[in-house]
Amino acid sequence: MREKFEKLTSTCIPLPIENVDTDQIIPARFLKATTREGFGDNLFRDWRYDKEGNKIDSFVLNNPTYSGSILIAGKNFGSGSSREHAAWAVAGYGFRAVVSSFFADIFKNNALNNCVLPVVVSEKFLQEIFSSIEENHSNTVTIDLPNQTITNNATGCSEKFEINPYKKDCLLNGFDDIDYLLSKKEDIEAWENKR
Amino acid sequence: MEKKTLFDKIWDAHVVSKIEGGPNQLYIDRHYLHEVTSPQAFAGLRERNLSVFRPDRTTCSPDHNIPTLNQDKPIADPISRNQVDTLMKNAKDFGLTVYGLLNPKNGIIHVIGPENGYTQPGMTIVCGDSHTSTHGAMGAVAFGIGTSEVEMVLASQCVLQPKPMKMRISVEGKLGKCVTAKDVALYIISKMTTGGATGYFVEFAGSAIRSLSMDGRMTLCNMSIEMGARGGMIAPDEVTFEYLKGREFAPKGEAWDKAVEEWKKLPTDEGAIFDKEVCFDAADITPMITYGTNPGMGMAIDANIPTIDQIDAAGQISFEKSLSYMNFKPGEKLLGKEIDYVFLGSCTNGRIEDFRTFANIVKGHKKADNVTAWLVPGSWNVEKAIRAEGIDKILEEAGFELRQPGCSACLAMNDDKIPSGKYSVSTSNRNFEGRQGPGARTMLVSPIVAAVAAITGKITDPRDFV
Repeated sequence: MREKFEKLTSTCIPLPIENVDTDQIIPARFLKATTREGFGDNLFRDWRYDKEGNKIDSFVLNNPTYSGSILIAGKNFGSGSSREHAAWAVAGYGFRAVVSSFFADIFKNNALNNCVLPVVVSEKFLQEIFSSIEENHSNTVTIDLPNQTITNNATGCSEKFEINPYKKDCLLNGFDDIDYLLSKKEDIEAWENKR
Repeated sequence: MEKKTLFDKIWDAHVVSKIEGGPNQLYIDRHYLHEVTSPQAFAGLRERNLSVFRPDRTTCSPDHNIPTLNQDKPIADPISRNQVDTLMKNAKDFGLTVYGLLNPKNGIIHVIGPENGYTQPGMTIVCGDSHTSTHGAMGAVAFGIGTSEVEMVLASQCVLQPKPMKMRISVEGKLGKCVTAKDVALYIISKMTTGGATGYFVEFAGSAIRSLSMDGRMTLCNMSIEMGARGGMIAPDEVTFEYLKGREFAPKGEAWDKAVEEWKKLPTDEGAIFDKEVCFDAADITPMITYGTNPGMGMAIDANIPTIDQIDAAGQISFEKSLSYMNFKPGEKLLGKEIDYVFLGSCTNGRIEDFRTFANIVKGHKKADNVTAWLVPGSWNVEKAIRAEGIDKILEEAGFELRQPGCSACLAMNDDKIPSGKYSVSTSNRNFEGRQGPGARTMLVSPIVAAVAAITGKITDPRDFV
């Protein structure tokens, strides 16, 4: 059983950069662990800390006026490697959802498998959220998974978002794919025998 | 009869069930594992008290986090050593085939799969690694997965995946002087952009693609992920069969003849429908180089970097950030720029053909004094061939030395890190910020361009040199 996801209202952390790749989310040199824990500390490591390990003040995660459990990111978030460590880092830092106008496929799957909801919105809606956060860092966004809507509470505007009904069900109930596949072992054996 | 694509034929033949409104349950013929993305999956099996469902379909090789010097000695970094040891122990505990360090079959998992005949046409193949797309070159459906999915495959030999859309990218005509499979890949990605094939499985087709060797086809399919594609593939043909015949785990005797007969039915039926079709003319492709921090930021080697007004508004912040990282100016040329490092290797360009190509160029020349070159074979089999063909001697005479196999500076998990601010001309697959080491500045190129840069010490058009 995993954590369940239903409805989330939160302030947001904006990252208006396109093509944020998995090497930025979690650089390869931090992939040496054999557990899933601790990756949040190195989320966006090389944007967050300089070579000496000091915080880079200009980076958004180091700006105390921004906080929240929703990451708002530019187009094509999560491109590159298949490392699930990227999803573990995003989740480990405390994000429950990432909003962008476009996600790379593997990152999207990995996020869903770790109860981080990737929400795809239109480019216009995304830019409006960025503007609302810039105007007031305490503006919030609401993500309603049962109704598949996302609302920019500063403007009151909403958009529907798509999610595969099976994955939605998994998130709402805290199931994972392995639970499902283990229940199908006899079918898999039968399929192997008749191929 | 329904007309089907190469992709459809393989995918549909592996669907165990379809979840209503959800993904397909897809059976996996071959599962490759390495040390970085597998430990948490094995931990998951232990937590649930599960065994590996089909150990005979699983092959392991440590590659990402291993040194490329002194592999006979214990790995110095204790955290890296633990990760490699963990893979060895997991393979032993769960009864899986593993080729550990110094095993003659060890190497980058995407190099050893095809060269040992594990990868075959018509298969479904996964690995916790995005460059699993490499295996599509043999006419297989091969794609990268995350660690939760690795656990699923270990536990059930299946993954749950929505069926991707289909795209055909055709390249027709004859490739020009000094234009390799790598240039074809970088050219296509520069046109498609880094997310342009997201959601699609790509079939590469056309006369220029058919003309590529097996090693070249692997280079091209390897990089399909760099335009976001779920995977890339090429229909099996005589080149494929010729490559595979006689390899250790390929079918033998009567089984071989029967297999070839089946494989010949795989190519896309005439008139089959793709969700998207894109065509390129081989004559438009030149030797390529990247100037930015994603593989879509590529251009002809003699071109100028775009200017800011050529970039759409939403992309301008990223473009400026990227050029600032590379310390390049919009509109300038890269030709003539001094470089610091050359890297030949990786699952993209670490096969024997890549070393032959590199050696042919540097033969009779000397490595430039300002260049540090790391030449890393993709596997011990490649290394063996390099020595058998005398390529090692040519390289040595030109001032180059070979390292031991591994992923090396492609992702710089081990000690092979390009220092901050240095320029690396690299035959690998990603030029992301910090990919080859914190602050490293990567330019992706073919082995030909890398070889010419290594001996001239700067970015040089190989057509002027060869």
